[in-house]
Amino acid sequence: MFWDALTLQLGYNATLVTIGATLLGIAAGVTGTFLYLRKRALVSDAISHATLPGVGIAFMLMVLLGGDGRALPGLLLGAAVSSWIGLLCVSWLTRFTRLSEDAAIGAVLSVFFGFGIVLLTVIQTMGAGRAAGLEGFLLGSTAGMLFNDALVIAGGGALTLLAVIILRRPMTLLAFDPEYAASRGVNVGRMDLAIMALALAVTVVGLKVVGLILIVAMLIIPPVTARFWTERTDHMVLISGLCGGLAAWIGASLSAVAPAMPTGPIIVLTSFALFVLSLLLAPNRGVLAVYLRHVRFQRRVHMRQGLLALAQGQPIYEAFTVRLLKRAGLAHADGVPTDDGRARAAKALLDEKRWELVRADQAFESAAALYDGLRDIETVLTGDQISEIDQRIGGPQGVTA
Amino acid sequence: MNLELAANMGATPKADIPAESPLAIRGMTVSYGQKPVVFSVDMTVAESSMTAIIGPNGAGKSTLLKAALGIVSPLAGQTLVFGKPLKAARHRIAYVPQRASVDWDFPTRVIDVVLMGLYRELGLLRRIRPQHMEKARACLERVGMTDFADRQIGQLSGGQQQRVFLARALAQEADLYLLDEPFAGVDAATEKAIIDVLKSLRSEGKTVVAVHHDLTTVRSYFDRVFLINTRKVAEGTVEEAFTPEMLNQTYGGRLATGQIDQLELAAG
Repeated sequence: MFWDALTLQLGYNATLVTIGATLLGIAAGVTGTFLYLRKRALVSDAISHATLPGVGIAFMLMVLLGGDGRALPGLLLGAAVSSWIGLLCVSWLTRFTRLSEDAAIGAVLSVFFGFGIVLLTVIQTMGAGRAAGLEGFLLGSTAGMLFNDALVIAGGGALTLLAVIILRRPMTLLAFDPEYAASRGVNVGRMDLAIMALALAVTVVGLKVVGLILIVAMLIIPPVTARFWTERTDHMVLISGLCGGLAAWIGASLSAVAPAMPTGPIIVLTSFALFVLSLLLAPNRGVLAVYLRHVRFQRRVHMRQGLLALAQGQPIYEAFTVRLLKRAGLAHADGVPTDDGRARAAKALLDEKRWELVRADQAFESAAALYDGLRDIETVLTGDQISEIDQRIGGPQGVTA
Repeated sequence: MNLELAANMGATPKADIPAESPLAIRGMTVSYGQKPVVFSVDMTVAESSMTAIIGPNGAGKSTLLKAALGIVSPLAGQTLVFGKPLKAARHRIAYVPQRASVDWDFPTRVIDVVLMGLYRELGLLRRIRPQHMEKARACLERVGMTDFADRQIGQLSGGQQQRVFLARALAQEADLYLLDEPFAGVDAATEKAIIDVLKSLRSEGKTVVAVHHDLTTVRSYFDRVFLINTRKVAEGTVEEAFTPEMLNQTYGGRLATGQIDQLELAAG
């Protein structure tokens, strides 16, 4: 059954929803990357909440003009206009008052949302009963999605993607180094607005699928997930789009199988699951990888210190060190070195003396920069250099043990 | 006093500005809030020279550069670059910002940062081709960072980061290089690498202007100085302007006489 949903064999409406959501997920992931890199993730929350009054006003206008208040393009247009006003309010408050951006976001978000809720209530008391669909914009409602709605989402998503491709270089430049970007003639204020406008486009297009409260999750979770997997901006954009699309596809399929389940929240939870997996398992940046690296490093430190202690005939107090040496066959349980251990200890002490010389000598400056007290000196210096140093030490010296 | 200042702030006749100067600033005033950081400053940079901008903390050294580049918008003043307005000659300037102005955990590799220097060449849509990569690598080589091309920038030391920033500026193939504290918090090897590159730029006929903190190295690194403490104090060759009187005036007695004597010794 779930497989049927994934392969789009679960009926017309489910298929429409899945395709629409997937496109939206890709567009949101790609766009959100720049929002995240510019450290403006929360602005998207203000943008999305600021759509609500627009939806309400658009509905009223369309009814007043004698049309169907629920026509999606009209509602989305209203949403876009009011969230654009909200966005301008945030940037105006940040630039021209002493309010910091987070305070401006909080103020705009709550005021616009509050106003929107009032409008929705007014619409409900207006009667006509036709307002029933509007609460769907809060958390998304895909049940009655029409082919035209899917087209709007697909078209909006495609346009957003195109704009991101065109603007990717100036946006990256701006996000990494705004001053340098300005020195190259990038209009910082306008490019910032462009990044926000793209997020706004995704928000408006996605209102129907995930709703205004959760759209911020589709913009932010995928780039945060992607960050675990790469150190390159271009790759991050691709991975983020992939994560967003994948989460939406799986999420929409899941919600199609279990009909009582709301699509938007399920997509967000799926996205979150991808995030948790990445957080734990990603190579290099994942929690597990970081932990393992730390443990390995700690072992090397203990090993080295243990060997140096053996070489100088000092007692080893740390049980962990003794255990490590014993496991490596370098010492007995009572801390007495084996023959193997004696040899390794002598080498460690010699290396330490060599390092001392290397670090004191300007000629080895670049090698000395790599000193961490652990590295085998052979990995840093050539054989010739080492023998030169050894001559200065006066040849390998005897080691007491 | 106020009248005189007001007169200074007025538009200086254009005839005054030598058209051949790589960077000519006239009547530049920048303020954060009500407090001017740079006040009515004129500056004329000589071609293929190396100029140090010197002054105490908060004297407006960095701000002057940023205003000249249009990174911060000035209250008044104009900039001419090779005799043209900034917009028309922006491509001839390469700017190296302060290292601290950037988040070094940004997902980007060393080579990507240098490729940013080719922003104008690549435009919005052109693909990065082998010749672009080659150019970026050549710039990395000039600052001795070839081996680090594929590293994430956060793994570099402060000095290495500074060299990458310089490589990015080199990739622009500009004629005028503006650097904001290029030697702040870098190791000795980096300082040498950077000054070598800057001197070789000058010998190619390029012009270098750097905000500089370390008074002891001014004489050996630069041939001209620009002393500023919100207002311009002095401008000229090191011999003319880097004198105890001028330094005293710039730092307002914050330099001990002993310190200045040492500088004189360094000169001898």
